[in-house]
Amino acid sequence: MEPARTGIGRQASPSSSGGREPTNLGDILERVLDRGVIIAGDIRVNLLDIELLTIKLRLIIASVDTAREMGIDWWEHDPWLSGKDRGLEEENRRLRDRVAELEEGGYPRSRHDDREIEEGRSGRRAVEGETEGRSGRRVVEGRVEEGRPRRRTAEGESEGRSRRRAVRGEVEREEDDRGR
Amino acid sequence: MAADPGAGTYLYAVAAEETAGREDALPRGGAGRESPLPRGVAGGEVRAIGRAGLVAYVSTVPLDQFGEEPLRRSMEDLDWLEETARAHHRVVEAVARETAVVPVRLVTVYSGDAQVGALLEERYDDFARALARVAGRQEWGVKVYAAPGEEPDEPEERRGRPAEAAARERIAGEEAPEAGARERAAGEEAPEPGKTPERPGTAYLKRRQRQIRGREEAWRRAGARAEDIHGALSSIAVASRRHRAQDPQLSGRPESMVLNGAYLVDRERGEEFARTVERLRGQGGDVQLTGPWAPYSFAVLDDEDGGPRGGDLR
Repeated sequence: MEPARTGIGRQASPSSSGGREPTNLGDILERVLDRGVIIAGDIRVNLLDIELLTIKLRLIIASVDTAREMGIDWWEHDPWLSGKDRGLEEENRRLRDRVAELEEGGYPRSRHDDREIEEGRSGRRAVEGETEGRSGRRVVEGRVEEGRPRRRTAEGESEGRSRRRAVRGEVEREEDDRGR
Repeated sequence: MAADPGAGTYLYAVAAEETAGREDALPRGGAGRESPLPRGVAGGEVRAIGRAGLVAYVSTVPLDQFGEEPLRRSMEDLDWLEETARAHHRVVEAVARETAVVPVRLVTVYSGDAQVGALLEERYDDFARALARVAGRQEWGVKVYAAPGEEPDEPEERRGRPAEAAARERIAGEEAPEAGARERAAGEEAPEPGKTPERPGTAYLKRRQRQIRGREEAWRRAGARAEDIHGALSSIAVASRRHRAQDPQLSGRPESMVLNGAYLVDRERGEEFARTVERLRGQGGDVQLTGPWAPYSFAVLDDEDGGPRGGDLR
């Protein structure tokens, strides 16, 4: 489980004193993300619908029951998370075909197409715009990868990786297209 | 407040106006007056919107960070998430110190103050009921860890599922008071006297079997201890929840968590609660007390489907 070692628990103090421990980030995240009343705001953000980095965070924090209540159980079908390879090969092949088709195909590659690829079957987030994350971390696939190289390598999931690489290739090219 | 298309209204928590109505506790965000509340997310100044006898604590947030699409990205950024979560929590806690409060889930954003005002009117009854449940009470968190040697034999396999659920499954069997002794014995390798030495392979397998059995008993014992502690604490609390056991990555501790309880306790019984936790220590395994917290685990609006979430309400 190396990849999600995001340092969430890093502020937990040694509890040898046996007393109350100072508030650590894990306890806070657990509360603000998984407890407290849910009210639909005008900005529709389903906390259980955030992709990539927080996937594992969410699985760690959000109770599985909560997610199921909300009808979200896709991780059970996501090979990356479930460790099941079933369907991955097929998905990989399909995506490769699609990429090839787009690269060679007669029609211009539109943003929509990128999105379709990017989202794939597991609804992976479309890469929109080039928002700079704080600390200058650009939160698009290519750069995120840089920040957390362990994630995929540790999973040792070559199929998935090659699929993502294909997708990433598209993303990077898209950035180039936009004259970066 | 004129709706700025580039700005939204971020909601932290809702309180009742009666108790929050004091001038100093109700920051309006006016110029020249120092707000008693900490800064909110994205550094915004926290202000109160009063309506229908309720007060919503909000701050203005830029939609280039808190809009729908930006949030999808922002939430991926752990640094951003940490900062936002801490800011959210600071505000909730600050309000909770003053009055009964219903904390709202992270990143609940409205297009403007008017929408928040409308929410308070529409949901008045729900908020009022939720506030009544938590008024004069505080949430305490108690985490119990398995002692070294009580860990299940296959932690990798179990990881990702609630340890306490696993513990409960195992509790189904009878109590084994001598399990500790047997567990310690399980580690010993000395063959029993008077017996011919077994072949190494067989001996290994038997030893392994004893080890596993010992661990299972120890794990069951840890689960039983968690049940006892939860029962004792629940008797002091007006409500309690067992949350999913935290993953070691979240707890920052290598040991398996066997209890992740939340207890809603009358303010005046807080000390008694803490003393009880103190008393329950020293039975093996570590017992951690956190809090008092704003009543995150007990803030529920009645129409939230399924009602109380994340654990059994006893």
